[in-house]
Amino acid sequence: MSASATPSQRDASPPSRRSWGALALALPALVLLVVVIGYPLATIVLRSFAEPQWGLQNYGWFFSTPINLIVLQRTFAISAWVTVVCVICAYPFAYAMTAVGPKLGLLLTLCVLIPFWVSGVVRTLSWVILLQDSGVINSMLRSVGLDGVRLIRTQTGVVIGMAQVLLPFMVLPLYSVMKGIDLRLVQAARSLGAGPIRAFFTVYLPLSLPGIYAGAIIVFILALGFYITPALLGGPRSTMLSTLVQNQVLSLLQWGRGGAMGVVLLVATFVLLALAGPLMRQKHKQGTR
Amino acid sequence: MSETGKQRGAAIDLSAVSKAYGSFRALDDISLHIEAGEFMTLLGPSGSGKTTTLNVIAGFTEVSAGSLQVGGRSVVGMPAHKRNIGVVFQHYALFPHMTVGRNVAYPLSLRGVAKTEREARVKRALDMVRMADFAHRYPSELSGGQQQRVALARAIVFDPPLLLMDEPLGALDKKLREWLQLEIKRIHRELGTTFVYVTHDQEEALVLSDRIAVFNRGKIEQVGTGRDLYDAPETLFVGRFIGDSTVLRGQSRGDGSSTALDIAGETVTAPLKHAGRGQPVMLLRPEKLAIRRPGLGRNDGDNRLSGTISEAIYLGSGSKYEIRLRDGSTAIVRSPLTDESFTIGEAVELCFRGEDAKLVADDSAADTTLT
Amino acid sequence: MAMHPLTRVLLGLACILVGLWLVAPTLVVVPMSFNENKSLAFPPQGFSWQWYQNFVTNPEWSTSFLNSLKVATVVAVLATVIGTLAAFGLDRMRARSAGLLRMLLLTPMVVPGVVLAIGIYAVYLDARLVGTMTGFVLAHTILALPFVLIAVQASLEVFDKRLETAAASLGAGRIATFRTVTLPLIAPGILSGLLFAFVTSFDEVIVSLFITSPYMKTLPVQIFTSITRDADPTVAAVGTILLCATTILIGGGLLLLGRDRRSSL
Ligand SMILES: Nc1ncnc2c1ncn2[C@@H]1O[C@H](COP(=O)(O)OP(=O)(O)OP(=O)(O)O)[C@@H](O)[C@H]1O
Ligand SMILES: [Mg+2]
Repeated sequence: MSASATPSQRDASPPSRRSWGALALALPALVLLVVVIGYPLATIVLRSFAEPQWGLQNYGWFFSTPINLIVLQRTFAISAWVTVVCVICAYPFAYAMTAVGPKLGLLLTLCVLIPFWVSGVVRTLSWVILLQDSGVINSMLRSVGLDGVRLIRTQTGVVIGMAQVLLPFMVLPLYSVMKGIDLRLVQAARSLGAGPIRAFFTVYLPLSLPGIYAGAIIVFILALGFYITPALLGGPRSTMLSTLVQNQVLSLLQWGRGGAMGVVLLVATFVLLALAGPLMRQKHKQGTR
Repeated sequence: MSETGKQRGAAIDLSAVSKAYGSFRALDDISLHIEAGEFMTLLGPSGSGKTTTLNVIAGFTEVSAGSLQVGGRSVVGMPAHKRNIGVVFQHYALFPHMTVGRNVAYPLSLRGVAKTEREARVKRALDMVRMADFAHRYPSELSGGQQQRVALARAIVFDPPLLLMDEPLGALDKKLREWLQLEIKRIHRELGTTFVYVTHDQEEALVLSDRIAVFNRGKIEQVGTGRDLYDAPETLFVGRFIGDSTVLRGQSRGDGSSTALDIAGETVTAPLKHAGRGQPVMLLRPEKLAIRRPGLGRNDGDNRLSGTISEAIYLGSGSKYEIRLRDGSTAIVRSPLTDESFTIGEAVELCFRGEDAKLVADDSAADTTLT
Repeated sequence: MAMHPLTRVLLGLACILVGLWLVAPTLVVVPMSFNENKSLAFPPQGFSWQWYQNFVTNPEWSTSFLNSLKVATVVAVLATVIGTLAAFGLDRMRARSAGLLRMLLLTPMVVPGVVLAIGIYAVYLDARLVGTMTGFVLAHTILALPFVLIAVQASLEVFDKRLETAAASLGAGRIATFRTVTLPLIAPGILSGLLFAFVTSFDEVIVSLFITSPYMKTLPVQIFTSITRDADPTVAAVGTILLCATTILIGGGLLLLGRDRRSSL
């Protein structure tokens, strides 16, 4: 407590001048944000109400057209599946990252980071090569005398591809939370008579929940807005909302309808974030206590 | 380095300095004069404003009111980097990306000192703190005590007329602390610079300082040499903060030349007039008190109080006793080894000469800040 | 820490599977890039360098690559400067306003790509920025900004600000303090922000697909259109090159980081 009382040098200037200076530093970023994000989003929201005429007709159209609702539902379903797959696969992997020695740890870290940094288009391209009818999986199946299966342009294919692209976003937050878990707590539980499985479910899992929450939210939100993978791997039966938006705007020039869809996607994203924010913070507090 | 010796230091004058954080007054109307070349220690409990005072002098914090002169010139409003004052921090604050040598050379480079002279002065400063062999190491490769010595070298290498140190030894163990105290004293003697030193360790303050300023809740309670503070505390707080002391409280009666206290039916008197405001209390140092078995011969003029031994500690050079008085308070007595010894629970009489007692104003808040 | 042998085996197995799933699929582009036939069908036939040759000589590919390089370089510099300034600004603000501004500046990360893309497309159509270098740079900069902000803020958080006070006591003014103390100590954060910004721009595809024109294409756009248009193995060659470059960069970076951590701190 005593050492922390040393104020820093900027303490010398009066607070009002200090915060104006600080705001000035952030100003270029804010201007860019308003011009390149704020203004375009506002334009889209406006158009969704104003084109072709003022009113709610675009939203009326969206919610009364069955195909839109099917796609909306499918978008959520695919995102949920992707999230579940990511949690299941990332959990043991992230745990192993905390448990192994430095050499193996570096290898595992590379496994996560390389795909993380390799362009998403390239990674989707490799899934196209793997999953296509003349792709790796089907040629292997055929070579052992089995019938080929349809993977490309199916929901399964889309989920597999998306989950692989999004997995690092699940592993990294999980890893950072798990790294901070005090393993002595697990030992304490064991010494109190809990079996290994019980100790895991009553101590370790609850402590790692903040990581699961954080990762799941990120993955789910990114999945909702995914465009490249469904566009390349998907077909008519696995279209997601993003593709529909693109179609309305670029092919049909229906800015109003495309805008309304975009707004639906945007609202869904922010509602999720708003719901998840307090949840994550609360869980985090419990985790550190 | 010290031919010009004692002229090197700068005098400091703080007058009516206040520092407020919102409605909280971290410094409340402080006035303090520090002589050129003096070793002044700011002593006080946590949160009493020592660091704030140092920060005000260094220029890290601006005063809310009052004036501040260093070397005869007002420095109010002058930014820290123009004040030419050396500072040693409790947390060392060595630059982790520079070697020891570059850390120490840093203030010289900023002042445009030429390379050859810079190297000579860095070497001299490192020699002075006995760290010359470590010039090529990084701070992370040094122990705490070594880092603090480098920090000291860095703060004196540019010959500042004033050196400020904020609990520089706070993070070190006792042995190292005692050794470095002697080193700091030696360096002060060799440099002749004015030192202002912050600590909350009274022993450290007594070892190092020419004079000590005792801080309490943003005010200075008393300034004086260690002996002044021990022998003639002006406030209850100072009496209790420096050294052990026994505090006697009771119903007071005063005539023109003496003061008497009624303590649970017994009376003690001192040939002093209470000058302060409020209720007077008597302060007694442990070695001014004596104990004896009740009923043994008594000298008239001696004050006597009855109590029971509640703690007996053997100290090697003597014994220390705690005695529970009738009113429930505790007295502390140190007696030389030759005296007879007492056991816990024994009923005893506490004796002292009236002129050994100090009269100060009662201050119930002193208890809360001390604990 | 003792683990049941069975648990250990299962965990190891799960790890290997997940690790393979993460890395192996991407590797399939390597054999495909040496295909003799103009096809992406598996298995590839024969061996040839022609697709690499095509990448270098075919202006469609080489120009888009150069465009991406140019845009990403400008974006990296711009985003790093603006993002670093903003990080310093937020660092100097009261916690509440800093938190709010930070949330705002991070929104580009969570806004669904397509929504942003149609918005920017609409605005660019009016402002005649479609298919221009400026258009790409502006859009990519705002998308890269959050990464710079996060990286620099993280290093500012661990930076001991008391060192700035110490520098002032030794005679360093604000600018000298920044140059000799603050900047060198947060340089790793700024550098990783720069790298993130570069890669973000270099990989960006959704917004680029909307604001592109036949005269100004970036590499990801070219790859995307090539995949949807025909089965040109040049994409596999490009993918292989990118994969190698990334591996070298990340691997080298991690090794350097590991060595750095040992020597300092
Ligand atoms: N920047 C600040 N804002 C608000 N209050 C402050 C600030 N700096 C110090 N204070 C308050 O001023 C008082 C004096 O602080 P100071 O640091 O001077 O104490 P100190 O005597 O050095 O204590 P310690 O021995 O614990 O270091 C404390 O109560 C502290 O909480
Ligand atoms: Mg202090």
